Amino acid sequence: MSHSAHLADSVIEMAAVMAEQAPMAAAGGLEDGSFGTSFDKITAAIDAVYSDDGVLVLMDLGSAVMTTEMVLEMMPERKVEMVDCPLVEGAIVAAIGAAGGEDFETLKKNLASVASTKKM
Amino acid sequence: MHRQIHRRGNNEILTHDFAAMGMFSVMEGSMAGMAFINQEKRGSTMTDSKKVVEILMAIGDRIEEQKEYLTELDQPIGDSDHGINLARGFAAVKEKADSMEGQDIATVLKTAGMTLVSTVGGASGPLYGSAFMKGGMAMAGKTEMGLDDFLCVMDAAVEAVKQRGKAVEGEATMLDAMIPSLGAMRAAREAGKPAADVLAEGVKASWAGAEHTRDLVATKGRASYVGERGLGHQDPGATSYSYILEVIAGAV
Repeated sequence: MSHSAHLADSVIEMAAVMAEQAPMAAAGGLEDGSFGTSFDKITAAIDAVYSDDGVLVLMDLGSAVMTTEMVLEMMPERKVEMVDCPLVEGAIVAAIGAAGGEDFETLKKNLASVASTKKM
Repeated sequence: MHRQIHRRGNNEILTHDFAAMGMFSVMEGSMAGMAFINQEKRGSTMTDSKKVVEILMAIGDRIEEQKEYLTELDQPIGDSDHGINLARGFAAVKEKADSMEGQDIATVLKTAGMTLVSTVGGASGPLYGSAFMKGGMAMAGKTEMGLDDFLCVMDAAVEAVKQRGKAVEGEATMLDAMIPSLGAMRAAREAGKPAADVLAEGVKASWAGAEHTRDLVATKGRASYVGERGLGHQDPGATSYSYILEVIAGAV
């Protein structure tokens, strides 16, 4: 989930290189292609990959978090959560984990450590 | 330009702001009692469903009119979209006018809030959206609104923005206009002033609060990345909120 359609698509593209079979969906930018966070796009992306296994949402900054939060409040019956982690690294870790059959809780735990993993 | 009417000297802003904040802390605990004491006056209608819809339409016009100025304010400290985003959102609210007709005030405000959430596309969507939706909840089943009802709605709106934005007063956000204006309106209400005067006090405190954001370092939202370089810039959200309150006040 990103303010930019290109950024969201590219993050998924990059993660898919590592784990093609992971179910992922992008929700980037606004309907007209401009920068922003779209309630409808986020809802549609969650719908696209939703199963009983649950969905984890990775976001960029600011209103991405608030808008996603509101989307999640509209679907209280569903197993969907936001994860606070770097978008690119998180997407790769999540994709590899999901493709490898890790469950919701394990993925969440692994993503939590992504935020504190140093690059150098 | 419309905005220049509201420019004031810094000293005046600070004096007024501190006064408003002081009143707010005194007033905060006494809302429940006040509502009870004024039960009789509460019946006097300030506005009704139909007028609320008209006010929403008028807010849309004002935001459209100030779209470029709001975006200009957002340029140095944000992502240059506040005016454009809000104008898009309120234009979508305008399109809902027919479906709002004959509904209670809660439904009208909830519809407006949901529309803003799904069309604004920036932080002001979830923030104003939550404010309208939570504010609306305070009016469940009602088709008429008195001054005390209005203050309850504004109180719920402030709480909604605090909760959604995980923000408090003093972080250079719309809350820096919302909180002082609510404090000033409560104080004016307590002093027994009529609705029009109460709203006028709120508008004055809101603009003073908005201008005071120039002296604050943002710690929330896109402006937090700009940090101290944002000093001297007025928060776009506090500004759009002041325009909204001004439209409401003008309609009462």
